[in-house]
Amino acid sequence: MCSNAIKFIFKTVLVLLLSGCAAGRAYLPDDIPPLHTVSEFSDDENVSRTGDPWEGFNRSMYKFNYEADRFVLLPVVAGYEKMVPRFARTGVSNFFTNIREVQTFYNCILQAKGKKSLKTLGRFLTNSTIGIGGLFDPATAFGWRRENENFDHTLEIWGVGTGSYLVLPILGPNTVRSASGFAVDGGVRWAIMNSIDPFGGTGASTEIETGITALETVDLRYRESFRYYDSDYPFEYSMVRYLFSQERELKILR
Amino acid sequence: MKITGAMLICLLLLIPAFAGADDAVYGYPIDNSYAATILGTPKGYRPDLHGDVPVKTMVLETDQDTPEIFYYDRGLRYTVAFQNRKAPLVFLIAGTGGSSRSSRMLALMNNLYCAGFHVVALPSPTFPNFIIDASTTHVPGNLPDDAADLYRVMEKIWSQVKGHIEVSDFFLAGYSLGGTEAAFVAKLDEERKVFDFRRVLMLNPAVNLYNSVSRVEGLLDRIPGGTRRIGAFYNHVMAKSTEFYRKGDFVAIDDDFLFAAYQAQLLNRDEAGGMIAVAFRIGSAGMIFASDVMTHGGYVVPKNRDLKNSDSLDDYFWTSLHLSFLDYFNEYFYPYFQSRHHGLTKEELLDTLSLKSIESYLASSAKIGVITNEDDFILAPRELDYLRRVFGPRLKVYPRGGHLGNLEYRDNMAFLIDRLRSSTW
Repeated sequence: MCSNAIKFIFKTVLVLLLSGCAAGRAYLPDDIPPLHTVSEFSDDENVSRTGDPWEGFNRSMYKFNYEADRFVLLPVVAGYEKMVPRFARTGVSNFFTNIREVQTFYNCILQAKGKKSLKTLGRFLTNSTIGIGGLFDPATAFGWRRENENFDHTLEIWGVGTGSYLVLPILGPNTVRSASGFAVDGGVRWAIMNSIDPFGGTGASTEIETGITALETVDLRYRESFRYYDSDYPFEYSMVRYLFSQERELKILR
Repeated sequence: MKITGAMLICLLLLIPAFAGADDAVYGYPIDNSYAATILGTPKGYRPDLHGDVPVKTMVLETDQDTPEIFYYDRGLRYTVAFQNRKAPLVFLIAGTGGSSRSSRMLALMNNLYCAGFHVVALPSPTFPNFIIDASTTHVPGNLPDDAADLYRVMEKIWSQVKGHIEVSDFFLAGYSLGGTEAAFVAKLDEERKVFDFRRVLMLNPAVNLYNSVSRVEGLLDRIPGGTRRIGAFYNHVMAKSTEFYRKGDFVAIDDDFLFAAYQAQLLNRDEAGGMIAVAFRIGSAGMIFASDVMTHGGYVVPKNRDLKNSDSLDDYFWTSLHLSFLDYFNEYFYPYFQSRHHGLTKEELLDTLSLKSIESYLASSAKIGVITNEDDFILAPRELDYLRRVFGPRLKVYPRGGHLGNLEYRDNMAFLIDRLRSSTW
């Protein structure tokens, strides 16, 4: 079922890519001009600085995510909230957060952040042992704040530009760089899992890994409070794009 | 002579003290009206509420075909919190551009629920979702029309929920434009009698929609470069805020951050006022666009254009942001109603946008009360006098709080709930 869903996503993406990326322009040659057009207000400073050359594709993807949420993810999350008690859900979240410490760890090293990488290693070891495989988070209780690093940030430190805005299926707002970073981090994780092969002896490692990926997706959606078009605002897409770039800017300042 | 002189000085010193006596007792902490409006009530000054409030958003499905660009809109969304026993029910109407889940609505909802009311929250008729699904004309701002639409929505909701909850009496409250609309809905209810509201509260209402919006729009006159430069102004304020955020040790852009920015006087008065007007413009841009698409009005979107979901709306967004409510009124709203009511003059239309058009009803109806602030900038001084004259003892004016800033302050909330419950003013 999961692989069918993935196939469906890829097909949709492919169709959208082939159908062309450019968004429909505001005014076409055979339009009856409206009373006010944007050209009257070109003397003002633009607010958004995010380039969006693939807006047509991005907007279609935005809609796709809205529908995927509506028909698949949110109903699944609702079921998850109903069936699984809160403490277990927190345990699941802690578990996946703990796994992501590995990603933070090697990215800290790639960014030459010694202190942060040691702190992260300490957190990972503590939570994996005392925290019973990461189900609990005693490290935070000891006052070690969780760091969050990824390959996107590493690329940035290496001087790679953000690239254009890109809305990914399920994952939502991204840039070309953050999408590449996500792919690299995913690849590293896959390589680590492959070399450790923790479910190798079970004879059903593919099924178990698929189950874990599915659970992680549900956990991610469960923890994200954003709902597509909850605002009912017709310009939500533009607002989200703006806020996304603004949030990234603020994160960089930290 | 000496004694009288001393007394005179004492008196002079005492006069401001007396004049401010009410002021001194009233504990809402923010005395700058714009800051109060932006910050609202700091957490420690709000009522202590206990228990979970079962807030649920519901959809009133409508049978009309929505244009493709509003693909996400599948009916009017309203929000409820119901008691599991017999209780009075309050309908709430949001202010300009507000949804049924805006922060002020949720604050009212939580407090009223905890005070034992069923609550049904409705979006403002100027909210895109309402314009698309519940407005007969799809052109918001005409108070009698909007009130009729609201009333129809309330009736539909009531017919949907009446099998599930037990209701003893009906109440009505609204804030800002929603407060003004509540008065018109109350008047309609006197004829229709579906709810026979026991009490109606207008919270920081506009006396005249056109005047109040002009006053909010006027806040943009004082930004550098004037109204046409709202983009530059917004960037300027954001740059300032980002710098402040970078220097301070803040966890997130939250209430604490905003309060710290206020204490550091990050923005001057003109800038704070300008930001209120920008927030208003962001709401009104959605309203203008939604209305124009629904009526094929040719105002910002080409008349013959059917927008697809992949079409860029950035240009329409930018255009709508730069149009003032006065542009909307003169170039879109008035022509629309003029084409429907031949010979309608601008003055006649303006008259219907005011509480004055239902003044005799408001003056004689003991069930309606008003709560507002001395420094609410959506009211001109003479409009506050007007409210005093029409409502007399049914008007409560707090010394400060700006526009709705003190809504959640514990004294305000206690007074509001007490007024809903009591049988006399």
